Amino acid sequence: MQHEGNRTGAIEITKELTIQKLFFLQATRYGSDRVAMREKQFGIWQPITWQDYLDNVKYLALGLVSMGLKRGDKVAMIGDNRPEGLWAEMAALCAGGVAVWLFQDCLIDEVKYILDHSDTKFLFGEGQEEVDKALSICHECPKLAKIIWDDPKGMRNYHQDNLISYKQVMELGRQVEANQPGVFEDLVNQGNGDDVALLFYTSGTTSLPKGALLSHHNMLTMGRHLMDVDPCYDTDDYVSYLPFAWIGEQMMSISCGLQIGYTINFPEEPETAQENIREIGPHVMFAPPRMYEQMTRSVQVKHLDASWLKRFCFNLASKIGYKVADLKFSKKPTPLHWRLLNALAYGLVQKKLKDHLGLSRVRNAYTGGAAMGPDHFRFFHSLGVNLKQIYGQTEVAGISVVHRSGDIKFDTVGHPIPGTEVKITEEGEIITRSPSVFKGYYKNPEATKKTIRDGWLHSDDRGFIDDDGHLVVFDRTKDVFTLRDGKPFSPQYLETRLKFSPYIKDSWVIGDRRPFVTAVLCIDYSVVGKWADEKKLNYTSYQELSQKPEVYQLVEKQIRQANKDLPDTAKIARFTNLYKEFDADDDELTRTRKLRRAFVEKRYKEIVDALYGKEDSVHIDTSIKYEDGREARINTDMKIIKLIEVTV
Amino acid sequence: MGGKSQINEGDVLLELNDIQMLFGKVQALSGVSLKVRKGEIHSVIGPNGAGKTVMMNVVNGLYRPQKGEIHFKGQQINALKPYERAGMGMARTFQKVEVFGGMSVLDNIRLGRHIHMKSGILSGAVYLGKTAAEEIEHRRFIEEQIIDLLEIEQIRHKPVGMLPYGLQKRVELGRALALEPELLILDEPLAGLNLEEVEDMARFVLDINKEENWKVTCLLVEHDMGVVMDLSDRVFVLNFGNMIMDGTPEQVQNNPEVIKAYLGEEDLYATRR
Repeated sequence: MQHEGNRTGAIEITKELTIQKLFFLQATRYGSDRVAMREKQFGIWQPITWQDYLDNVKYLALGLVSMGLKRGDKVAMIGDNRPEGLWAEMAALCAGGVAVWLFQDCLIDEVKYILDHSDTKFLFGEGQEEVDKALSICHECPKLAKIIWDDPKGMRNYHQDNLISYKQVMELGRQVEANQPGVFEDLVNQGNGDDVALLFYTSGTTSLPKGALLSHHNMLTMGRHLMDVDPCYDTDDYVSYLPFAWIGEQMMSISCGLQIGYTINFPEEPETAQENIREIGPHVMFAPPRMYEQMTRSVQVKHLDASWLKRFCFNLASKIGYKVADLKFSKKPTPLHWRLLNALAYGLVQKKLKDHLGLSRVRNAYTGGAAMGPDHFRFFHSLGVNLKQIYGQTEVAGISVVHRSGDIKFDTVGHPIPGTEVKITEEGEIITRSPSVFKGYYKNPEATKKTIRDGWLHSDDRGFIDDDGHLVVFDRTKDVFTLRDGKPFSPQYLETRLKFSPYIKDSWVIGDRRPFVTAVLCIDYSVVGKWADEKKLNYTSYQELSQKPEVYQLVEKQIRQANKDLPDTAKIARFTNLYKEFDADDDELTRTRKLRRAFVEKRYKEIVDALYGKEDSVHIDTSIKYEDGREARINTDMKIIKLIEVTV
Repeated sequence: MGGKSQINEGDVLLELNDIQMLFGKVQALSGVSLKVRKGEIHSVIGPNGAGKTVMMNVVNGLYRPQKGEIHFKGQQINALKPYERAGMGMARTFQKVEVFGGMSVLDNIRLGRHIHMKSGILSGAVYLGKTAAEEIEHRRFIEEQIIDLLEIEQIRHKPVGMLPYGLQKRVELGRALALEPELLILDEPLAGLNLEEVEDMARFVLDINKEENWKVTCLLVEHDMGVVMDLSDRVFVLNFGNMIMDGTPEQVQNNPEVIKAYLGEEDLYATRR
């Protein structure tokens, strides 16, 4: 492939280099000729040049310093993806601070815990919602000095002393600059690569979030090593729409983005992200599996709705696509006639489909953060999307293992990136050593000692290295099942397979040291709802729809499909449909939508008991809380469907 | 929420004086007088069939009262047609949404901008100079003020008929705002909305009334007492075409006659919270 852009591998990553030094270097180099970021605002993509970026960061940083920010102080950020968020983070780093990101949808308790635990001094909130959250807890976080907001909407009646607007902070910064020109440059030049840049809270499937300390060097080496595998160019476009509180987004926007100098695009609103991605057509993409699952589902649903002719074309094209993708996976040469057919299928169907998904220019698409089912994987490759699995964690500042182009196996995560060693311990745990391994957990030396041993990062994930040298991640050590025949089994594998059905949004597989495997399913309300509309089934709520006999039949069909290729002991013998969806607000999922197994097992104990009992249904009488704070009582019977006869 | 601001007593924007409205022999409004001051949210409440919508239709010019005077911005407007009143800065929404279902959200809102369009057919056809500048100005207003305020970015290009009811109501409000009105008549903006949509709409009404760049006076007809009492500066109570009282929310809530008029209809008028 030919590219006009430069690959700026020129900047050497030394122990002296910090993110802010690199930022200053790049911003002065590109100046006002190049667009650093774009944001869609008022229906138009508004460019922000590197010079604008630098100016904004400069005045913010100086403003923070004039309000009393000292080196090493923590600055927290919460809000949607928008340029102001990135400026705030960069300003905090330039001023010598440490950046802490919170998930936009964090509940008040989580916000309080993180602000308090991290000793945050300044908080950047986006608008009224974030300010309200912060104000309601600021008396419990005595170290929090100022709350900074940037969206004036609804803020007309807020005059608290600890509030200050973005503009005012920048005004303070301008005054500092006028009085002491050059002070910003001095600030930026302080510090070295070993300083802490980010304090990043991990989602924690079992316990309270832990704060991982990542140094500048961690972040920069991580980005460099990934770019060594899959180069990006400064003419590339990237869309930033996943939470900055997720390490993957930091990796793409900061670690890689800053080094390469590609343009970061911000969607207008979270709701318009998909549409905005299509408008931009990014060259590189990194998202957790659920985003790809969502894309697959939208295609599947549109396929169900399409006319027979369109369906016919699609089916034909995907058959060809799958065939070619499978040949590629098995590294066999593609015969000429298949190549011709594929070109035809691509031109007629897949090209347009890719365009609709915003994937038409994607060189490399990455998925990571959780397991992705092989069916999704094949689907994207059949479209000609170079989707790769990665493996990593917050503690290595992003990723450590990735697929190489042309060497993709969908049950593996590929080879370690340069500078990274990956080993399997005798117990089968995956351990990593690289310059990106974090410095430790904040205020938690015990956990640090347990995680970093002799320079090796212990992941708590079980896995092995296959014959081709690919790393295979089995599951979290504590999640791995022992089946009735004594064999280990990964519930995640089964769950992701189930989720390939467009009707199933979430699944929870149970079966560790049990006589057989069972599952609790959450239907996809919109897809099943649409299906029910067509079947003329009446329903008023998720709860009612999920318990319809017809819906049970539908789900049963999906499970039988997934059961087909499984060994007998791993087949799902019984299942039930849950009366609600899993929700991070109810602690059932982490903010990155990983199932918190131990928690749901406790919460839904009666359902688990019923799945292994003799009854055909389980009575539920409980209350659920809606997002707007209302509570509703749930009084229903959940059916237990038995697929395979087993003796209890 | 409330945020009741100081309203200047003298600044009357709209005045109804002894209005009588007859349909045959049915007296829909008998001698109703109302003063709406600049900057306030003035609510009109009353049981079903009290004549609230008739009153709005009289203000807006759909009905011509047999007796009484209507003054808007100090001018007697009895004889003016609805579009002339709109030209003076009066906009409204309807109890049942009246949007153009086949047109996109943007087109519906643009329609409300019509009275501010100065250029003619010919210059519009060539789209040069002033016309282009004017259109860019209108676009800016719609995007920066209305779409952003009402948070309808994601449905811009969708046909309105395909949208859920709550969003259609928002679009209708957007169209009324495109007029840049001085007086906004809201006829049951909350009817048929779910709790979340009610909260959104109440917030929009407050924003439109209080934000520096809008400051629109609102005449609000509504059944949701919780919202009415929270938002309004003054409340006007109507029953069978007669005014019962006009006062602050506190006065209205304590007035025995008002309570009597609503007696037996507790369920219907109970607040949602």
